[in-house]
Amino acid sequence: MWLGNYDSSQVLHRLIRVLTLGDYNTRVVMFGTVMLGLAGGVVGVFLLLRKRSLLADAVGHAALPGVAATFIILMQLGGNPRSLPLLMLGALVSGLLGMGCVLFITRTTRLTQDAALGIILSVFFGFGIVLLGIIQRMRGAPAAGLNSFIYGRTASMLLSDAVLIGTAALVIIGLTLLLFKEFRLFTFDSPFAAGDGWPVTFLDALLMALAVGVTIIGLQAVGIILIIAILVIPPAAARFWTNKLGLLVFLSAMFGALGSYLGTSISAILPRMPAGAAIVVSQGAFFLVSLLFGSERGLIQELIARNRQKRKILRQNLLRALYEFEEQYGTGNIGANQEGQWDYLNDARQWQRGSLYRGLKSLKKQGRVLFTPRGYWKLTPSGRSEAARVTRNHRLWEVYLLEFAAIAPAHVDQGADQIEHVLGDEMVAELEKLLPRFGTPLPESFHPLGSLEEKP
Amino acid sequence: MIWSALMWTSLDTWIVLAAVLAGVTCGLIGSFLVLKKISMMGDAISHAVLPGIALAFLLTGSRSGLPLLIGAGLVGILTSVLVQVLHQHTRLEEGASMGVVFTVLFALGLIMIEQAARNVDIHPEHVLFGAVELVPLRMVELWGFDIPQGVIVLSGVLLFNLILVLVFFKEFRLVTFDPALATTLGIPATALHYVLMIMVSITTVAAFEVVGSVLVVAMLIVPGSIAWLLTQRLSSFLLVSTGVAGVSAVLGHVAAITIPGFFGYTDTSTAGSMAVVLGVFFFLAMVIAPDQGLFARLVKKINRGFAVHTQDVLGLLARSAERSTGSEDVLPLADGGLSARNLAAIQGSPFAGRRFLLFIVLRCMQFGKLLVFREGRYKATEQGLRRGQEVLRSHRLWETYFHDDCQVDPKELHYQADVLEHYTDAKLRKDLASGLDEPINDPQGRPIPDEPE
Repeated sequence: MWLGNYDSSQVLHRLIRVLTLGDYNTRVVMFGTVMLGLAGGVVGVFLLLRKRSLLADAVGHAALPGVAATFIILMQLGGNPRSLPLLMLGALVSGLLGMGCVLFITRTTRLTQDAALGIILSVFFGFGIVLLGIIQRMRGAPAAGLNSFIYGRTASMLLSDAVLIGTAALVIIGLTLLLFKEFRLFTFDSPFAAGDGWPVTFLDALLMALAVGVTIIGLQAVGIILIIAILVIPPAAARFWTNKLGLLVFLSAMFGALGSYLGTSISAILPRMPAGAAIVVSQGAFFLVSLLFGSERGLIQELIARNRQKRKILRQNLLRALYEFEEQYGTGNIGANQEGQWDYLNDARQWQRGSLYRGLKSLKKQGRVLFTPRGYWKLTPSGRSEAARVTRNHRLWEVYLLEFAAIAPAHVDQGADQIEHVLGDEMVAELEKLLPRFGTPLPESFHPLGSLEEKP
Repeated sequence: MIWSALMWTSLDTWIVLAAVLAGVTCGLIGSFLVLKKISMMGDAISHAVLPGIALAFLLTGSRSGLPLLIGAGLVGILTSVLVQVLHQHTRLEEGASMGVVFTVLFALGLIMIEQAARNVDIHPEHVLFGAVELVPLRMVELWGFDIPQGVIVLSGVLLFNLILVLVFFKEFRLVTFDPALATTLGIPATALHYVLMIMVSITTVAAFEVVGSVLVVAMLIVPGSIAWLLTQRLSSFLLVSTGVAGVSAVLGHVAAITIPGFFGYTDTSTAGSMAVVLGVFFFLAMVIAPDQGLFARLVKKINRGFAVHTQDVLGLLARSAERSTGSEDVLPLADGGLSARNLAAIQGSPFAGRRFLLFIVLRCMQFGKLLVFREGRYKATEQGLRRGQEVLRSHRLWETYFHDDCQVDPKELHYQADVLEHYTDAKLRKDLASGLDEPINDPQGRPIPDEPE
């Protein structure tokens, strides 16, 4: 709807030109942002694992007064106030100063790091806004260029800027990969690394320096407020796919680079689309996809696994209920009792009608039970042996609880109910060793089983 | 008049009023964020409400009003729930969860605003850094007075927050300081947490017109942090926090229109300079806070160090007095006095190479009537002698203790005792002595002086 003023074929034409890097300008910008995405992804992994993500946020915000002050000084000295290297230098100085203040406040007062981060990022940012206000009210000041440091704009990126960003990103990536082994050790077990003689403080400082580096070179393209995103979102997304550090770094770098590529393209195609925001939203899309479909702790995968477990538990409970039914009323022609079987099963666990039926159907499909022509459910031989195993586990655990945990017989059923489904073979063997009296073939139930009699 | 010197107009009065209202309501709510150690949640919410603000703009075309506040409350809850869900269900670290949620929401809001800016009167700068200067431009008539709309909204939100906090003061206090106890007492801690999140969101949105969605973090967190450095009780905490926020709002505006003038510029952003004033207040609080301030701790440290040095001097004098009267004459000094040079030259003296420190310590001790200076030598007064004996007694008791009870190598004895002698009072000496069966000599055979009366 907002594109209403633009000819759709024109947009398509631009889309193709942008995606294939047809423009010289797009090529330059793309090189810069993609390198930035790569660097953010690589360094961000370690930052995430060290739980330092928000520190980068404070550094980003704290960079603003440095940028603005450099701008004013360059104006007064008659230099080019838009010189990116010098503005970055200013950002670096005030960003580091901000980080130092956070550490100082955390060390010397009883305030938490959380509060220290909030204080520093907002106060430094406020000071930056004060300086920016002065710049905007200066006569003939070309302040427009500075806004890109806040929202992130790539339109003003020159080739020299892109080369600077790209080179710095390469150095950052190179250093991180060079120190991969060291970073790995100190990220996962820093006390051990310290005990083993690694310079932990130095590595910590170096990691932070690399993160600050990414923050500073990203200021122009992504902007102060959102710069933390390129350090946090790609590794957070990658974590849904793997637990291996090497792969994590690779995936995170890929997400970072792809997100930057997409975001930069979108911002080049659509009018009034700040590049920083577009990059962050693109990376956010990768995060959302990973969150849903990821193979490690992805939500859908978790849901499926939980559902599978739930169905397995339902089946096992049904098998046991049937087994206990046949224990009491026999397996052959159970005559009058068959009428009551359905009620018996229903009462055994207060199953919902639907899930009871689904469970029986799935057991039938597995060949564990069959529905006799006489109209009741019966365990098949394979179902019987499986049901015996389940029931045995249940009762073994009941015995264990009775013998060793001194739990009243009326209460052991519940405890055993939860554990029976996760008892492995080894545990069962242990239990058998512990409780030789009850080992074979199957202990009797320790509490009254359900019955066909009318309940009062 | 100072007002005319400032070129103060009724516009400035409205601006300051709006800023004070925003500051006070933020300071009130932010206190709980700081106390609950979830300050960055305020940061996350203040960024995340941006799409809500943008949406309300697009739908209603208005910059404030009830729909905006309701939308903000919903987005605030959404943000905190999302962060919570991400953190708990996927075990993503809480800071990172916040980082992901608020950056994406903020980016979406930014895009919406940029896209909408062509159709609606809205500028990203105003949303991000506030436009308090524009507050007096939109007046509404209320009871026959022309009052800026922003002031009315802020007053309403402040009243709302104030009533909630006062009505549930006890519950908030308990939930803030001991959530576990609160839960066992039947107070719904989770529900109150989300009530707080709603208040933060509404406050953020109400204040964004004044301070913008980034600087509102300063108004939320800094006043509470200052109060934490200065006070111990929740009620005084809230008073300090809101008071500081209000004062800094006034000073912030005054600074914004005066200070740039000193450097030849016109004026600057009020919101930004409010944040800077808060920062200055925070720094001051850090320096002068009682008990924990840098200054208080420096004084404490100097006092401690001074006590140690005084005891060192008195200990040296007591030893020298002992030598002059008794057994082994190492330094032939008739009356137990020592020159400054002697004090620094004795083996193991803590003043070796620190003549200036020694000079100051000696002067102060003279002033405190612990020493007299006669014929180029320092001699302990009666009181000084007593305290010197105490130090010596502590020292030798510790040596005996380490030697007899802990089998410490005799060569190491001195260093341990040298430290502990400064932290030993009469009661501890008594306990030590009775525990060691009232020893007469230390392991080196030197006499342990009696406890002076």
